[in-house]
Amino acid sequence: MINYLIRRLGTTLITVLVLSYTIFAIVQIPPGDAVDRQVRLRQTQGDVVTREEIETLRAQYGLDRPILVRYYQWIRGFLVGDLGRSTSGRRVNDLIAERLPQTVALAVAGLIITYAIGIPVGIYSATHQYSAGDYIANSISFIGMSVPGFLIGIILLYLFYKWFGLSIGGFFSVEYKSAPWSWARLQDLINHLWVPLFVVAVGSTGGLIRTMRATLLDELSKQYVMTARAKGVPMRKLLLKYPVRLALNPIIASIGHIFPYLLSGQVVIAIVLNLPVLGPLLNTALTNEDIALSSSILLIQSLLAVFGTVVSDVLLAVLDPRIRFERGAH
Amino acid sequence: MIPQPQVRHDQAPVTESDLLLQVRDLRTYFRLDEGMLKAVDGISFNVYRNRVLGMVGESGCGKSVTAQSILQIVPKPGVVQGEMLWHRDGQTVDIGGLDPESEEMRAIRGNEIAMIFQEPMTAFSPVHTVGNQLMEAYFVHGKLDEAEARARAVELLDLVGIPAADRRVDEYTFQLSGGMRQRAMIAMAMMNRPRMLIADEPTTALDVTIQAQILRLIRRLQAETGAAVLFISHNLGAVANLANDVAVMYRGKIVEFGTVRQVLKNPQHPYTVALLQSIPGFGYRRGDRLQSIRGSVGVPIDPPDECPFRGRCDRFDPALCGGSMPASVEVEPGHQVACVLYEARS
Ligand SMILES: Nc1ncnc2c1ncn2[C@@H]1O[C@H](COP(=O)(O)OP(=O)(O)O)[C@@H](O)[C@H]1O
Ligand SMILES: [Mg+2]
Repeated sequence: MINYLIRRLGTTLITVLVLSYTIFAIVQIPPGDAVDRQVRLRQTQGDVVTREEIETLRAQYGLDRPILVRYYQWIRGFLVGDLGRSTSGRRVNDLIAERLPQTVALAVAGLIITYAIGIPVGIYSATHQYSAGDYIANSISFIGMSVPGFLIGIILLYLFYKWFGLSIGGFFSVEYKSAPWSWARLQDLINHLWVPLFVVAVGSTGGLIRTMRATLLDELSKQYVMTARAKGVPMRKLLLKYPVRLALNPIIASIGHIFPYLLSGQVVIAIVLNLPVLGPLLNTALTNEDIALSSSILLIQSLLAVFGTVVSDVLLAVLDPRIRFERGAH
Repeated sequence: MIPQPQVRHDQAPVTESDLLLQVRDLRTYFRLDEGMLKAVDGISFNVYRNRVLGMVGESGCGKSVTAQSILQIVPKPGVVQGEMLWHRDGQTVDIGGLDPESEEMRAIRGNEIAMIFQEPMTAFSPVHTVGNQLMEAYFVHGKLDEAEARARAVELLDLVGIPAADRRVDEYTFQLSGGMRQRAMIAMAMMNRPRMLIADEPTTALDVTIQAQILRLIRRLQAETGAAVLFISHNLGAVANLANDVAVMYRGKIVEFGTVRQVLKNPQHPYTVALLQSIPGFGYRRGDRLQSIRGSVGVPIDPPDECPFRGRCDRFDPALCGGSMPASVEVEPGHQVACVLYEARS
């Protein structure tokens, strides 16, 4: 087990390294850079920009140095907690700090909701196959999976406004937007949170219900279920101890991809619902060719995703002795 | 309703007090979209204490469903009908009339009647230890002492020939070889000293040398405990070795029944004859080449009322075999055959 953990950590480090360089390189692929944009903007305003000016700007942003050097500086900055400056002039640290907590909170809460609803409903569906409840659960999860979250978001925004005259966009009402933390502000946050949560989690919950149902149905037909029944184990007890337990393994493994999905799936939804999370910020950063900001956001999102995978791998190893022995043996 | 043959075993050479289970007109049907699948269609037999009943037949003849029916663990949408009188200490319970999920049925399952399955690979949970699964058999039947359960598990693992049983008890089944796993399965079945053991093809998934060891083990345990055994196998050699009586199943029906000597040395039903000819070492007529039975068992969905073997039978005679399912006829004491060849003669 210890061996396994150490090796898992090693591969994670390598993954993160390769990932960070890839992000850094990809973000620079589009032709032109922030300086070009600035120059073009000034030219349209009638300014004349000289070659020297351009060179100075390049040097100022560090764009004149080779990519490996810039990557090294960026990563070093990242490790000591200095993410550089956005083209807007603000520190990337501040921009991200404003939005990171909400982003993680939304993804984690979305994950919890996905599992809290998806697993029990999936179990019900599988154990009551072809019942009315199973059909309802199936239909709802199918709709949840196939209707895009942002569309559900728009519909909810519209309905809430029409029926209750409420504006449910954003995380806070106007009066609490920049107020200091208080119980009332927390209450306001919770009131605003459940619509985006619902919208964010509806797709992954639908998917999880279907996965759980299919996996459990598969496990229920396995021989070990009949063995346990033949021993005289009552059905309810048997269900939780054997097939559900085994069906949970692939579900736990799916944390590794549901979590990043919840992180990145937020972009369009967040734009529609006007949520102050990282997604929309990344969107603007990319269109502005704001390399420092976009690569930092991408790296942070990737780190969170990698973290999700590690958590699911470790959980899986704890829960499934086959993995523990197979991977820990040598 | 299809008229059913009355199979009788009154001449079984054992005393009535040894009678443990009387199965009467057992039918297990699966209602499928394609029609009614009659996996077991009106079979009757007796199981006696200290005696091994072999059950043979090709794959798909309804042997496993028979075993599942006795324990009332037939998967959905199977429905079990018929009488299964279970005798215990002057008391008789009709298992056929019990709700599969009832306490009464659960108290019999794994306690009075235990089962060994074919696939030792998949019959255990891969995420629970051997000991956990053995001890569970103990706990679910009201015996709650943890230390005692563990001691019993180790004792049985040792008894079935698993070396270092006190260490193996904490291992997972994927750490054991196929043969060891089957031994562990047998140990699990013995946890509550059952009065009847159902072994559904316990050696089919194992290689030949291991097969012989497992058969010896079952025979030894049977002799030591005096339990009744329903031994299902398509290995006729194993059946000849282990069983006292043999029931030959074809398409959900028992087509021939008798002692091992009667059925295997003097087979009467064309299906039994064909089955024996298809197996090395059992050439019914010496010197004949091995012959596989042409065709296949097929799936008995809405089967017509006729001899199920007629389509594959070497001795099919349109003049004789046109009628409904032939009744079982006693060709010698204790030896019954359900075939028109004998029906016509008697
Ligand atoms: N759970 C089930 N659902 C539907 N049909 C089944 C089920 N189990 C067995 N059958 C059918 O019942 C028949 C007898 O099967 P089985 O008892 O497993 O045969 P055997 O053990 O003799 O090989 C086969 O035609 C099989 O397809
Ligand atoms: Mg079978």
